Amino acid sequence: MEGKPKITVDGLMKAFYKKQGSVIALEDISLTVDEGEFVCLVGPSGCGKTTLLRILAGLEQPSVGSFTIATETNDRPLQSMVFQERGVIPWLTVRENVAFGLKMRNLPKAFITERTDFYLKKTGLERFASLYPKELSGGMKQRVSIARAFANDPEILLMDEPFGALDEQNRFILQEELLSIWAETKKTVLFITHSIDEALLLSDRILLMGAQPGKIIEEIIIDKPRPRKMEDVRKDPEMAAKFIDIWRHLQEEVLKSRE
Amino acid sequence: MKTSELARNESFEVEQREWKLRQRKDHGKQLLTIVSPLFLLVLWEVMSRTGILDIRFFPPPSTIVQTFYDMVMSGVMAKHVGVSLYRIFIGFLAGVIPGIIVGLLMGLYSPIRHFVQPIVMALMPIPTLALLPIIIILFGIGDLSKVVTIAGSVFFPVVINTAAGVLNIDKIYLDVANNYQTNQWNFFFKIALPGALPVMLEGIQMGQAIALLTIVAAEMMGATSGIGYLIWTSYKAFLLPEMYVGLILISFFGYLFSLILRALQNKLLPWR
Repeated sequence: MEGKPKITVDGLMKAFYKKQGSVIALEDISLTVDEGEFVCLVGPSGCGKTTLLRILAGLEQPSVGSFTIATETNDRPLQSMVFQERGVIPWLTVRENVAFGLKMRNLPKAFITERTDFYLKKTGLERFASLYPKELSGGMKQRVSIARAFANDPEILLMDEPFGALDEQNRFILQEELLSIWAETKKTVLFITHSIDEALLLSDRILLMGAQPGKIIEEIIIDKPRPRKMEDVRKDPEMAAKFIDIWRHLQEEVLKSRE
Repeated sequence: MKTSELARNESFEVEQREWKLRQRKDHGKQLLTIVSPLFLLVLWEVMSRTGILDIRFFPPPSTIVQTFYDMVMSGVMAKHVGVSLYRIFIGFLAGVIPGIIVGLLMGLYSPIRHFVQPIVMALMPIPTLALLPIIIILFGIGDLSKVVTIAGSVFFPVVINTAAGVLNIDKIYLDVANNYQTNQWNFFFKIALPGALPVMLEGIQMGQAIALLTIVAAEMMGATSGIGYLIWTSYKAFLLPEMYVGLILISFFGYLFSLILRALQNKLLPWR
């Protein structure tokens, strides 16, 4: 898939200043993600992958370097983020949470209702629309988070380990649901995970990150045809080989970061 | 098949018996809660009638009830209670509203917090009641001085809890708001205010209790009406049943206000 570049990161550095020795969190990160591509960032904890995502999300500033997100029209937000488990706002109902981004942009009411209904239905949340998040399971909460991001219809989607806190069976189900929504919308996605299996299932391309300082150490293309299912990924010997390849790379980094 | 069904029935029966036993215990506990205040009153009645308690200091509850009834009938009660409730209500609002506003500003803007916090901390330990003489000089012995005294006492717990409520909002919700391009106005009404509300309401609950404590003392010192005045003048005239009526009124209103605020809390925080 040779699309035009959607996200371009160029020589990006992030340091954290502390009196007792500053740390370089990200060193010279350059990457491009093409339009409609699904890219996973995989790396050991502390490798700066969340920092990179937060910079792209506009929640933190890079120390040096820059990034661009290509836009076609002006009326779309640049990016929306799917946060880790607690990102659903507890004092808003499921419906209000899904509509949050749209409401914040003061879009017309009828439009908001239509778009919200569409994604509530798509994620199977219709029945729960008037409930508060406390009444939902972890999987349902993450569906709210995903629906909120897609409903906002941004140029790109950023996902910060959205399934990290779910049990394995629920994770499989949500991964496949995410893929089916993504297949319809063809959004550009940058997805953080520490699960190699998850990355193999979801990605067009996997970027492996090393720690201390955080940098991209390897790029792995996953060209297995879609739609994919967890079973196919598990059965495929080529994927098994990729799993081992990725693990070898990461193993070194994990061991290094433990020293 | 047959045996497994028998075993199943038996296990249901065992569990049912256990459940009934637990139910009975729970009912017993509820009964204890209702009986305990009644027990205290009966004990008091018996002890003062048998002369174990000195009837001059501890008139029996039946006498107090009779006094209460007489006071209601003569219209004295309505006058004192009405005046006190009016002062509490106005004073409470005059303390809570600025408390919420200043607290929100402190929570939202750190320069304001750093400037105001030391002032609040320094003024808080001073009992408003100790300032009552000055308050009376400034505002007279009418309603206004009581309102000011109550407002001054209620302000502090509300301001501190509101600021703490804003500061304790989980950072991830601020990230969500930023990421979804929330403007100042929406940030205030959709994130800061609802997020701070639970802790803020705890402060208001505390303020309510303080308002009652304050009104009694304030009315003892320079007033010609109110529940505090009733308690104080009855005490000075050694009309102890009347004094007890005043004390019981305070206890009753404290309980009532707590219930009202608790109900308001449940209404305002359906998401908790």
